[in-house]
Amino acid sequence: MSGSATGRAIEVEALGMTMRFGGFLALDDVSMRVAAGSFHALLGENGAGKSTLVKCMLGYQRPSDGQMLVDGREAQILGPRDAATLGLGMVYQHFTLAPSLTGAENLVIARADAPFVIDWRKERAALTQFMETMPFRVPLDRPVGALSAGERQKLEIAKQLYLGRRFLVLDEPTSALTPDEAEEVLGHVRALTRSGALTALMISHKFREVFAFADDVTVLRKGRRAGGGAISALDRSALAAMMIGEQKIATLDARAAVAESAEPVLEIRTLRAPDSAGLKSIEIDDLVLHAGEIVGVAGVAGNGQRELLDVLAGQRAPKSGKIRVKGSRYGATRAEMKELNVRFIPEEPLRNACAPLMSVAENLAFRTFDLDRDGRSRRWLDGRAIRRDAERLVDRFEVKTASLDAPIATLSGGNVQRSVLARELTGDVDLLIVANPCFGLDFAAVAEIRARIMQARNAGAAVLLVSEDLDELLELSDRILVMSEGAIVYETPIATADAHEIGRHMAGRC
Amino acid sequence: MQTTDIGYWSVPLAIVGGAIRVSTPFIFVSLGETITERAGRANIGLEGILIFGAMSAYATAVLSNSPWLGVAAAGVSGIAAGLLHGWICKFPRVNDIAIGIALMLLGTGLAFFFGKAFIQPSAPRLPAISLGFWSDIPQLRAALDVNALFVIGAALAVFLQWAFRNTRAGLILRTVGDSSDAARAMGIDPDRVRLLATAAGGGLAAIGGGYLSLYYPGSWNESISSGQGLMAVALVVFSRWNPLGCFAAALLFGGAGALGPALQSVGVTHGYYLFYAAPYALTLAIMIATSSPGRALAGAPCELSITR
Repeated sequence: MSGSATGRAIEVEALGMTMRFGGFLALDDVSMRVAAGSFHALLGENGAGKSTLVKCMLGYQRPSDGQMLVDGREAQILGPRDAATLGLGMVYQHFTLAPSLTGAENLVIARADAPFVIDWRKERAALTQFMETMPFRVPLDRPVGALSAGERQKLEIAKQLYLGRRFLVLDEPTSALTPDEAEEVLGHVRALTRSGALTALMISHKFREVFAFADDVTVLRKGRRAGGGAISALDRSALAAMMIGEQKIATLDARAAVAESAEPVLEIRTLRAPDSAGLKSIEIDDLVLHAGEIVGVAGVAGNGQRELLDVLAGQRAPKSGKIRVKGSRYGATRAEMKELNVRFIPEEPLRNACAPLMSVAENLAFRTFDLDRDGRSRRWLDGRAIRRDAERLVDRFEVKTASLDAPIATLSGGNVQRSVLARELTGDVDLLIVANPCFGLDFAAVAEIRARIMQARNAGAAVLLVSEDLDELLELSDRILVMSEGAIVYETPIATADAHEIGRHMAGRC
Repeated sequence: MQTTDIGYWSVPLAIVGGAIRVSTPFIFVSLGETITERAGRANIGLEGILIFGAMSAYATAVLSNSPWLGVAAAGVSGIAAGLLHGWICKFPRVNDIAIGIALMLLGTGLAFFFGKAFIQPSAPRLPAISLGFWSDIPQLRAALDVNALFVIGAALAVFLQWAFRNTRAGLILRTVGDSSDAARAMGIDPDRVRLLATAAGGGLAAIGGGYLSLYYPGSWNESISSGQGLMAVALVVFSRWNPLGCFAAALLFGGAGALGPALQSVGVTHGYYLFYAAPYALTLAIMIATSSPGRALAGAPCELSITR
């Protein structure tokens, strides 16, 4: 087995990579050199061609033109197998470990030469020996599904080294990690590159990480190389300009002060609800939102945020507890939401807030299709009114769609989210519940959506913002809560919020 | 053979005997389905494969005068049917459940068509191993007449339980069932693994059918199966994709199925027919008791369409 961590890092260079999909030029003559033992960052917006570039480099896609050099020699990479033989590997954004297999099982089966009958005693000894050469520890006996995201990420990296890879592409490796976990994992990767065991190429859009860990950077914009060089010679604004070019970016409105006398809008007392595995229960003892404030909920995914949102959306029955909105009992029925002006922007809006194959106009009408002009319920739909309202909303929220009758699934992620915002933020909003609103959207859409949420807050709505993106919470919130193991374990006003302190509470190490 | 009156003892005895006799097809079909579903695909057409297997086993045994050749023929026919299912499901946007239903009807129809000529002739039966030789009580001896296929099924359950954890094939199968992406990243073609897993599942289900026509009840007719193939698919979910669990569930099911006839034989005249429904009532009761609306199914392969 070649999987000891004592191998040598390799240099990888892509020359003139070009990729055409029909008439669309996804990559236009991009060259990039990643020096042996360096930590290189690949920056760019969604759709800038980052993943196309690495897929071409690793043989997942055949480039229309361009070539690869490995350690200065021309390399024929026709498929992932060729890349693996040369020592090139990839850690995906979505983990590629089988969740019900243990860490040890995942490692052994990933090997091309795994034996027909596995002698676990021998394998275990070899694995223990291998893990000792790693700068970190990962439990190998538990099913991977039971590991934390940070442990899984470390296991992915260990797996690649175990398989003898010496050049690793990390695709947004920290998107599922807490700030502390992210720093730990990237620190280990940097240690491995410094020791000469590994060359790393990290796809990222987090400036903070790029500046803290990377040696060099390449920036892509619209399929072209927009710039790059040694990190030490660049600053944030230069990088941002390379990334987004001449685009206009929405700016946040100034934060209106929260009135002393602001009414409580949402009150949750001693709420208990089971999670979907039926093993744990969320326990929210006391959560109050006031009009005109954004309360951010931080936490590693799977610590009860989804259950809390499900209860508020009426998709999960609470076991006990009281929920009041504006002083009246709230059971998350459609009538109550309408009466109390409760609105939702769930995560993955196309899946959770839209009927993908129904038209844009129909999707925009979900809150109002069965109401007439005076708000009374109606039996027959008024198609003309639905179109008229949709036209108005599409115009006001700048949704880009070919037609009002196009299925909403044909819109880009940013425009789907704009449509959902248009529907949910129209009319009086007293309570707005938002989950990961900017996940996977590009710069411009992110800025605009955050600006809209801030506008809703300034107009007097109480906003509950559940997000896995700590930067987003720090930018928007008036207060930040941390959920861990189903309970609220920490609360801080924004003035004293500190990312590291919050991260420690997220990890439950307090 | 004289009969000894053993009174109400005959009820538990009949249940044990029934558990052994009736459970064998369940064991084979549910182990086959476990293999298929662990790879992330469901083949609910095993009922059709079971019936076709029963027919081909019987026909081959009649023509060749060898019951074991019949079992082998059933296995081959089941593998062919499984390959068909796996091959069709390889295409994009094909639903494995729909193909399973089509295969169920196809298998049943073909079996009835080709089997018409074999309803009359009688085939040699599979031999039984007499484990009750030490006893004088004929009912006990009858109950402990164990068919070789039952023993093979039990061994197979133990083997699969071990193989899922300790062999390359077992780990690859579980990886494919857990995450197609992980498998592809490893250079494994999930469709091929699923094709082979469906073929193996089909082969085992058809052998279960061979047991029906060659041992118990031991004849070929159009009502040979009373839904064993379908119930066994449910047993897999019930035993949480666990081979030893399948074996236990099959025994439980067989035992419950013997309750009705046993009560009738000791002279219970009222309501015994209600106990014919015992297996079904039992399944429903256990399913309800072990499930919950607010909880996800534990142990299910993540790629499986029926639990996703």
